[in-house]
Amino acid sequence: MGNKITVKNLNFFYGKDQALFDISLKIPEREVMAFVGPSGCGKSTFLRVLNRMNDTIPYARIEGEVKIDGKDIYKAKTDVVALRRMVGMVFQKSNPFPKSIFDNVAYGIRINRMHSSKKDLADRVEKALKDAALWDEVKDRLPTSAFGLSGGQQQRLCIARALAVQPEVILMDEPASALDPIATQKIEELVVELKKDYTIVIVTHNMQQAARISDRTAFFMLGKLIEVNPTEKMFTNPDDKLTEDYITGRFG
Amino acid sequence: METRIIDRKLDVLRDKLLLLGGTTEKALYLSMRSLTERDSDLARKVIKDDKVINKMEVEIDQMSVEILALQQPAAHDLRFVISVAKITPVLERIADHAANIAEAAIVLNNEPEITPYSELPKMAEIAGEMLQTALDAFTSEDSELSRSMIKRDREIDEAYNRIFDKLIRLMIDNPPLTTGAAHLLFVAKHLERIGDYVKDICELNVYLIEAAFIKHKKKI
Repeated sequence: MGNKITVKNLNFFYGKDQALFDISLKIPEREVMAFVGPSGCGKSTFLRVLNRMNDTIPYARIEGEVKIDGKDIYKAKTDVVALRRMVGMVFQKSNPFPKSIFDNVAYGIRINRMHSSKKDLADRVEKALKDAALWDEVKDRLPTSAFGLSGGQQQRLCIARALAVQPEVILMDEPASALDPIATQKIEELVVELKKDYTIVIVTHNMQQAARISDRTAFFMLGKLIEVNPTEKMFTNPDDKLTEDYITGRFG
Repeated sequence: METRIIDRKLDVLRDKLLLLGGTTEKALYLSMRSLTERDSDLARKVIKDDKVINKMEVEIDQMSVEILALQQPAAHDLRFVISVAKITPVLERIADHAANIAEAAIVLNNEPEITPYSELPKMAEIAGEMLQTALDAFTSEDSELSRSMIKRDREIDEAYNRIFDKLIRLMIDNPPLTTGAAHLLFVAKHLERIGDYVKDICELNVYLIEAAFIKHKKKI
């Protein structure tokens, strides 16, 4: 499998403060890559670099190269809306729109005019909900408010919403940190299922979660990428002493 | 750096393993003494004390599972717990062989003495030294020392082959000594197996230190 995302010598600044230092990383297609590291290490900032979510932050500045499918996404001509459709994002806190379950999932399809008919729209919504392993739980209540769903269901709804616009990459920023163990397990199973069709990058503070679901793990500290390795290697025999100290809880 | 909760548990686990190791070494030493000094009381003590070793094994098993389940160790910590959990039954089996040697000693002590028989105690000495060194190498995390012990197993195998030939010859030449010689053969076999088990411990040491699986590999 080739690399979906290639990052070369990336530096990122918030005004004068540098948040990421000379990061080079390749993310293979249809794999799950986990980003781990202490709070403030830059992993979420880096995640947001991958679909230009940082563009909205004033004084944010980037150096280096970020390529998806070989195309530099920071080139002036890049269609950022199309980029974010291709690189979807799921956040820590589920953020459904104050709309019905159906309309939440249909939203992106509608604004991107991806559907050919009402039936096509309904089919796309159904497929996205099925892919997010939520369909069976909501198929009888599609017109009801999304806020009536449980926390875990809301999070899967947000994943369905991201899937509905047919992305190729899904970025997840601690998608299960606010969920109970059962809802967390569902999200984790979903991630493993989704990697058949998507490239997934997930930020997590939960080491065991990274161990369970990712193929590769990248460890960040103080804005630097310390180590990236197959997850099994990372958790049994990391190359770097700093990684070992972090994953074994020697510093927090 | 502050002490982690897991550090205290791992220290206890290490102590328990070393205690088991020391007790096993002692069982091997005493079983051979019961044989060479024709001391059946000592042999019976070795057999009785094997129960203590079995109990230690269970305790370490339980603690290893507890640490895996509750502390979820990673990296070196994980390899440490896995190594301890795998070395423990190996030590327990070595102790079983020591108890078997003691059982053989009780039988042999009722048979005419087969003398002189210096090679068997020598073989036991090498096995004992290897076991002690393997446990030292575990404690000091010395993979070079572990590898040298793996190679030393050959000495035991060679001694076993020599003893085997001599005892078979003895049985042919002196049929009344057959029962005793057969039991001495068992003893030699137990020692040969102990050499193999020490090798297993050393392979686990290398896993602990280098995260390398060298078991069943020609090149170590």
